[in-house]
Amino acid sequence: MTEKRLKTGSDFTWRNLEVGNVITETGNAALRRTGDWRTQRPVTDVEKCNKCGLCWLHCPDAAIKPLKDGYYESDLFYCKGCGICAKVCPKGAITMIEEQEE
Amino acid sequence: MSKRVGLEASHAAAEAAKMANVDVIAAYPITPQTHIPERLAEMVADGELNAAYIPVESEHSAMSTCLGAAAVGARTFTATAGPGLEYMHNVLYVASAMRLPVVMTVANRALSAPLSIWGDHSDAMSVRDTGWIQVFCQNSQEAFDMTLCAFRFGEDPTILLPVMVHFDGFHLTHVTEPVILPEQEEVDRFLPNFHYPFALDPDKPMTHGAFAPPDIYSEAKVAQEMAIRKSKAVVMQAFKEFGDIFGRYYHPVEPYKTQGAKTLLLTMGSFSETAKTVIDTKKDRGESVGLINLRLWRPFPFDELRQAVKGAETLIIFDRCISFGGPGGPVSSEIRSALYSERERPKVASLVGGLGGRDMSAKDFEYVIDRGREVAEKGSEELYETVGIRDKVSGIRG
Repeated sequence: MTEKRLKTGSDFTWRNLEVGNVITETGNAALRRTGDWRTQRPVTDVEKCNKCGLCWLHCPDAAIKPLKDGYYESDLFYCKGCGICAKVCPKGAITMIEEQEE
Repeated sequence: MSKRVGLEASHAAAEAAKMANVDVIAAYPITPQTHIPERLAEMVADGELNAAYIPVESEHSAMSTCLGAAAVGARTFTATAGPGLEYMHNVLYVASAMRLPVVMTVANRALSAPLSIWGDHSDAMSVRDTGWIQVFCQNSQEAFDMTLCAFRFGEDPTILLPVMVHFDGFHLTHVTEPVILPEQEEVDRFLPNFHYPFALDPDKPMTHGAFAPPDIYSEAKVAQEMAIRKSKAVVMQAFKEFGDIFGRYYHPVEPYKTQGAKTLLLTMGSFSETAKTVIDTKKDRGESVGLINLRLWRPFPFDELRQAVKGAETLIIFDRCISFGGPGGPVSSEIRSALYSERERPKVASLVGGLGGRDMSAKDFEYVIDRGREVAEKGSEELYETVGIRDKVSGIRG
């Protein structure tokens, strides 16, 4: 994850907002933690995984990253826990588990 | 040399858009606005005006197209009326919040049902809170002048807001009057080229129209509110410079023979001219009356209005719109509210008439003044009164 900190709404007052709320700093959506409302998380059993990549293909949020060793990992910074990866996995290697309150 | 020509307000507004050298026009035809886009389409087709004329399938698309054009920095113009204005309603809010200085003329028309193509101010009042700067015109000359001024107001780099120019459907849009058209050189002196500081540009990418979660939406709205309030000074400065160049001076609130007058009538739009003739007649008869023409509707000119009614005993406000189940005509309720904090204020009488193209003759305005004065002096059980309605109306209680 990048070190760059994403400005949030509370960093702005009405005075220092850009006119028309234009965002001049582009591509900063990647900095936003969009996975924080997930209720379930995918857990992969690498013993069952055959590296087919269907989970990576189907993830609607591009939140699954290919690893150097050919396996795949869910990026929980973005993953919203939809469960599509678990559904499409032909080997049943991905299970969805409840997010627990920390 | 400027020239004096016969033009209806529609064609006067089209001439102003042409002389402002607009880049993009996107409009959908609706009576009584039709002559404005028709004339502009003709100018583009004949090569008189080098602009993109974009035919669209609805008013919602018209305004959306205008937003896109303004966002790349084009000087953008459109026109609509009544139901068309309603159809683009939500996009109006987007234009002002995104601070895109689109200029739109509105040929004021009643709202259905029953179906009416004729004029009143119901459409204008329904877009009161959309965040647009809004001015009203009394005649064709003003339709030209205000359209030109609108570009100045909205494009001012410290403001950047869309502007609506209201003029009455048919009473102005279809009536030919003498209009003085200036020289192009004078227009260019008044209206510099448009430079939009946030123009979309592939070489300098930025995001327009992002969403706002609850932690920032309120700040965004307050910023917008402060911008339109600040715009009054820009409007007044533009009016002054306009007067210096073209010789016609306009003001947010325009008093007519109000000096020392005990009774004031307040009107907007073309009916102000009829009302003025009645003020003249009554003054000749020795009555202490005067007129206030409210030109700038948004931002509301509080100081100027309070100043204009100072010393008057009675203020009669004539509305061309009903606020159903509400506190009277929208203009009268706003003015009552603007005067509420004043230590000394005139008694206010609210009268509503001229709906859906119903004519208001000089005689009708005589009635408005006489009845308004009576209501203010003796009081009335009615929250407001209607003018020229067959059979007595009662039961409008506040």
